[in-house]
Amino acid sequence: MADLSIDFCGIKSPNPFWLASAPPTDKAYNVVRAFEAGWGGVVWKTLGEDPAAVNVSSRYSAHYGKNREVLGFNNIELITDRSLEINLREITQVKKDWPDRAMIVSLMLPCEEALWAEILPKVEATGADGIELNFGCPHGMPERGMGAAVGQVPEYVEMVTRWCKKHSKLPVIVKLTPNITDVRAPARAAMAGGADAVSLINTINSITHLDLDRMVAFPVVGNASTHGGYCGSAVKPIALNMVAEIARDPQTANLPISGIGGIGNWRDAAEFIALGAGSVQVCTAAMLHGFRIVEEMKDGLSRWMDEKGYASIADFTRKAVPNTTDWKYLDMNYQVIAQIDQDKCIKCGKCYVACEDTSHQSIAQLIDAATGVRTYEVIKQECVGCNLCEITCPVESCITMVPQETGKPYMNWTQDSRNPRRVA
Amino acid sequence: MIDSLIHLPHAAPGDSARLEAQFTDLAPPLTARQAAIEAARCLYCYDAPCTRICPTEIDVASFIRNIHDQNINGAAVGILKQNILGGACSRVCPTEILCEDACVRNHDAEGQPVKIGLLQRHALDHASFAAHPFQRAASTGKVVAIVGAGPAGLSCAHRLAMLGNDVVIFEAREKSGGLNEYGIAKYKLPGDYAQREVEFLLSIGGIEVRHGRKLGENLTLAELHGQYDAVFLGLGLDASRSLGLTGEDAPGLLAAVDYIATLRQSDDLTRLPVPRRAIVIGAGNTAIDMAVQIKRLGAEDVTLVYRRGFESMTATHHEQDIAKANYVRMKTWAAPLEVLLDEAGRVRGMRFEETRMDNGRLIGTGAFIEIAADAVFKAIGQHMDGSSLSDELASQLQRQGDKIVVDQQFRTVLPGVYAGGDCVAPGQDLTVQAVQHGKLAAHAIHNDIQSKAGTAWPT
Repeated sequence: MADLSIDFCGIKSPNPFWLASAPPTDKAYNVVRAFEAGWGGVVWKTLGEDPAAVNVSSRYSAHYGKNREVLGFNNIELITDRSLEINLREITQVKKDWPDRAMIVSLMLPCEEALWAEILPKVEATGADGIELNFGCPHGMPERGMGAAVGQVPEYVEMVTRWCKKHSKLPVIVKLTPNITDVRAPARAAMAGGADAVSLINTINSITHLDLDRMVAFPVVGNASTHGGYCGSAVKPIALNMVAEIARDPQTANLPISGIGGIGNWRDAAEFIALGAGSVQVCTAAMLHGFRIVEEMKDGLSRWMDEKGYASIADFTRKAVPNTTDWKYLDMNYQVIAQIDQDKCIKCGKCYVACEDTSHQSIAQLIDAATGVRTYEVIKQECVGCNLCEITCPVESCITMVPQETGKPYMNWTQDSRNPRRVA
Repeated sequence: MIDSLIHLPHAAPGDSARLEAQFTDLAPPLTARQAAIEAARCLYCYDAPCTRICPTEIDVASFIRNIHDQNINGAAVGILKQNILGGACSRVCPTEILCEDACVRNHDAEGQPVKIGLLQRHALDHASFAAHPFQRAASTGKVVAIVGAGPAGLSCAHRLAMLGNDVVIFEAREKSGGLNEYGIAKYKLPGDYAQREVEFLLSIGGIEVRHGRKLGENLTLAELHGQYDAVFLGLGLDASRSLGLTGEDAPGLLAAVDYIATLRQSDDLTRLPVPRRAIVIGAGNTAIDMAVQIKRLGAEDVTLVYRRGFESMTATHHEQDIAKANYVRMKTWAAPLEVLLDEAGRVRGMRFEETRMDNGRLIGTGAFIEIAADAVFKAIGQHMDGSSLSDELASQLQRQGDKIVVDQQFRTVLPGVYAGGDCVAPGQDLTVQAVQHGKLAAHAIHNDIQSKAGTAWPT
């Protein structure tokens, strides 16, 4: 069996699956249940200065799919609402009882060095393996000058990171907010401040839906609502891109990344790792299904690694990064054409109407005069290979995009004669 | 109507509640959650095969999407604009050979079709309209006579009213609804659903129903021809075919449709005569309806006998399954030969000759079987009672077999006289098709009388 253990900027963990800083890691009771279930590590829910934060009711809302499956999840909770003393005591005990698991403590404080200097030794005294700086929380805390309010200003990120490195020997992971134009800027700033790693993404500003009778968004608090932080499966594509942006940025190419955002199964995790993550953090999937999901995640990842001949996580870490590039370096001579497997086709006509109405009129609807039966065929000379028909087809692998033999060599846009600004 | 069974004991005296429970919805409605799950299974096909096969051309994908989007009234109007009796059709349509058979999710890889019939019912059961959802166009000043308040006539009347015409329906029976009221198995259209649907339909306004008026009895086509701008005949098929055997008039032998009508109109099921052993002859949905209902009323042994094999039955597989689930015995390859009578001249059973196919012809094998029974129900098809078309003008209608010949616009050979539903050829004798005939005929009538405005009755 493949070795799932990792060493993430000096933090050892029996597997790459950590629980992100969030309600599931708020107290010893939950964290112990998570470790019993097999999670490799936790990032303890963000600690702050006393008195502890106070939360409202209600707190969560969701964006649903067709079958009421949760596509995206939104919350307006703040950092821990328990005292620092209780949290530190519990962290100490849990780490003592579970020495092989990664214990990272999330922190959020105002931008005053003295406050950081005061708390860091206390955290270190718990025996924790590292700290994560919560520069990402997009709701509530930024109004008080913390969370995303820090993460959105690279200079602050660098400054606070530097304080932490100065006042603690623990590895420092800087958690980044996606509510920013270019995620590479705070990542570079974290690195400049001495960060051992970054983790991303934190949640995205969001309003999931409204009560149209009351004209108020969810979650409802009294007669009003506020924007929350969005996470869950729906944010995975955004998170993957941001991880890749940092992984392929020459300035941060060697900075370890803990991937977060919509990870719900082993395949999601493998994708984050292939795009540059050294560990992955999960929250929403556990909140929806319980801690037991880590079993299938570990099993699936391990079997896939065996199948592919990857002996360790490091064997495929960043393996997809070289294949992620700028648009201008894509091969202009590459061509795929849709192919419909008539045996698999259930004749729903979705590919036809999608292509006909919104794309390139490249699928013909043929109606048998005698039976009225419809068949759909690709008009090869019209097909630009956009993938839309394949995407809208409800039957897996009924429509495939077949690479064509063009006989032409690789040629990117910078070399293309149709580009008026080509290099050569 | 069922005097022929007067000598038989009553169904379970004093156990009315248990009996009533046998005649509630055979297929329970979907819960809101089930409807949501089922609606989500619809792929929203383009040029969807379910819509193409629906005789009333309901945009199935659209109404299901509306259900999913919690626009129940929108879903209901989408159905009703194509099929004003969509509620009854959602319960009685053989969806297993129509929309649900055509559903792309029937494909081997997909497993099972979307439950379109139940979703249609869900939409119509849960829609709520402050007023009738369709408005009438400005009055044309025309008045159309319709004969028969069954699905074809009602559908025609509603559409004519919508287009701005006034309508008078002449109906022989006490209630409107036709087979929905008198002929469908009680567990498919339970309670007073048929009447409530008629009330809803009539609430558009402009439609008057005159009961107790029967063509050929107290009404003539010539009379209607003289007084109205057009006539639509939605006569249905009011007579049961006979077996052509001696003893056909014996007590204990009767038409299934007569028993079903009595059952549906009964306000006390315990007073219905029920045989201990029954034979039902036939292979259509009415035969199944009869066999299952008499079983549910308490008959111990019910045998459905058909002269050909299962594959030739017009009753769908779904219907055959209902019969099996109700422990109806089905005997195929046996043709009725003789009605067996007891000393008092009452039915005691039937004698059948076994049959087989011989070079494409059905022949007797020379082997015989007897099945004991206290009652025999004929369900071998309906035809038109010639007496309704016996007056001088009506007798000029062109007929094919017993059915009235119409063109694609549902025009008969008599100018100004239209016909649709089960009484015209060709037809599948389905409620949903009758609704479509009525709807299309209404448009044809409306266009014809509009273009002939001011001219005399064309003869």
